[in-house]
Amino acid sequence: MNRIGNVLLAASSALTFALLYAPVAVTVLFSFNAPRGRFNLLWQGFTLANWRHPLGDPALTEAFLTSLALALAAALLAVLLGGLMALSLARARLRGRRVIGLLVALPLTNPEIVLATALLNLFVGIDLPRGPLTLLLSHSLFCLSYAALTLKARLAGFDPSLEQAAQDLGAPPLEAFARVTLPLLAPGLLAAGLLSFSLSFDDFVISSFMAGETVTLPLYLAGAFQREISPQVQVLTTLVLLVSAALLLLATLSGMPTLRKAVDLPRRDPFGRP
Amino acid sequence: MNPGTLQPDRQAPLQRPGDRPVIELEKVSLRFGGQFSGQLGGQFAGQFAVEELSLSIAPGEFFSLLGPSGSGKSTTLRLIAGFEHPDGGRIRLQGLDLTGAPPHRRPVNMVFQNYALFPHLDVWDNVAFGPRSQRLAAPQIRRRVGEILEVVRLSELARRRPHELSGGQQQRVALARALVNAPAALLLDEPLGALDPDLRRVMRSELQRIQRELGITFLLVTHDREEALSLSDRLAVLHQGRLEQVGTPRQLYDRPCSAVVATFLGAANLLPDSSAGGLRLLRPERLRLSETPPQQGECGLRAQVRELAFQGATVEVRLAGRDGLAGRDGLALIAIDTSANLPENLCVGSELWCRWNHADTHRLADCPP
Repeated sequence: MNRIGNVLLAASSALTFALLYAPVAVTVLFSFNAPRGRFNLLWQGFTLANWRHPLGDPALTEAFLTSLALALAAALLAVLLGGLMALSLARARLRGRRVIGLLVALPLTNPEIVLATALLNLFVGIDLPRGPLTLLLSHSLFCLSYAALTLKARLAGFDPSLEQAAQDLGAPPLEAFARVTLPLLAPGLLAAGLLSFSLSFDDFVISSFMAGETVTLPLYLAGAFQREISPQVQVLTTLVLLVSAALLLLATLSGMPTLRKAVDLPRRDPFGRP
Repeated sequence: MNPGTLQPDRQAPLQRPGDRPVIELEKVSLRFGGQFSGQLGGQFAGQFAVEELSLSIAPGEFFSLLGPSGSGKSTTLRLIAGFEHPDGGRIRLQGLDLTGAPPHRRPVNMVFQNYALFPHLDVWDNVAFGPRSQRLAAPQIRRRVGEILEVVRLSELARRRPHELSGGQQQRVALARALVNAPAALLLDEPLGALDPDLRRVMRSELQRIQRELGITFLLVTHDREEALSLSDRLAVLHQGRLEQVGTPRQLYDRPCSAVVATFLGAANLLPDSSAGGLRLLRPERLRLSETPPQQGECGLRAQVRELAFQGATVEVRLAGRDGLAGRDGLALIAIDTSANLPENLCVGSELWCRWNHADTHRLADCPP
């Protein structure tokens, strides 16, 4: 009985992993495909040509770089503002702090489409043309709650006497913050940044309302699937995959506690947002 | 803060009369609620955490603030360090009025109750934090950190992180980190509270050694009377935010001015004073138990043993007076004697004589204001 149980457990684990990683494997595999025609969807034959020209598809490359820049900027802004929010929530003795805390967490349960239409109303109302600016504003906005909550959790366990000790030893408040609080918060900052980055990088719903003429990678791909899919799509996504896998590996293997602690946190939100 | 040398000449006596006090508190008061927002803010809002506290601590002194929890002793320390600011009164350090100065501008350093070591820095960098904040030159930092690690005997562990150290070692790091700036005074907030009893004894004598070696004023906050009595040159007993009495351990133990001080510093028999009214203190070790009645010139009382606690070298005996003293029946007494001195057949229920010399009692007068 026990042996059968073990076998079943092993089989189901193997199946789960297979299901998790099959799409990844297919993506990597098809980056080496030599498609005849405009759609890289059926296996035709092996080639390295796609990898020789990873940026061979100009429209795709532009969308990719746009998304990269957008995600970086949105993550930075979200971490900065979210960090300040978390600091005031954790430190300041505000009246109604719990209500404010709730208000910060509430947007997490808000369906994206609601935020998207609301923002559209707002931007049309104040006559702000849709484009890079509205994209950045809206992306940082929906990342903000995630960043703030990640950092708030980190700050909650922070011993205030550490900062006092730094001041006691002669560091003025700002220096104490920079030399003690900030380094100790670094894993939280990195985690919040990674989370925000990946949320922004693959956002579709809000982007489609906010983009105007700008084309992000998810928007480009959604459109491209109706016209053509070049193998460079798989090449670039494989590259993204490699970079995040390398980061993860580095974090696990290296003695970098900052990175290790950062990836320990869930990469995806607990509310099952897409 | 002051870039003096770490090891001044220690031939001089501890207290030189005429020296300017290192720490001077003048009628310092702080109320809960207001700007002081510790955890007792709500319930105790408006009450005094510290009330009109005046203290003067001399250079090189080992001074203790003793009191039960909530007596205001830690708050006093935080006021001196600059983490709290008083509602009234002045705080002078080395003669300078620093009442409103922020912590980083004060020539004192603190050893925190939980040590507050920086977890992201190793021992060396923890200790070097102060000198680096003072913007000292690199060679000077190296020399000082090296020296002070030697003093606390941690040179071997300089590259360890705090979590890789034992409690006693962490304590030494906290000491070194606070001492490396050669502060005018070291503030210690219940530094031995987190250690087990054996280690506590070791660290107690370590504290004494380091204080003697460096000649820096130590201000220790503790609720452990043994610690305060054995370490201090002088100590102050705080009670409900007010100063009860200041003096040498001997003065406070033998000649306390109030029942609060008398009972806080050790077991105490408080006898009604038949001639002048009020109470007289009789320390339990001055009470003799015997089968024979008091001799001429001695005071005495027939009493029954209620509890016996054998403690090895000594025995603690709790008794109830039989025929009363000054008309009181059943006066509770406590005696502590070396076990060698006590009748061997002593047991609960035994009746015997408690004897003492009147000269060994001390009248509890009102505290001088």
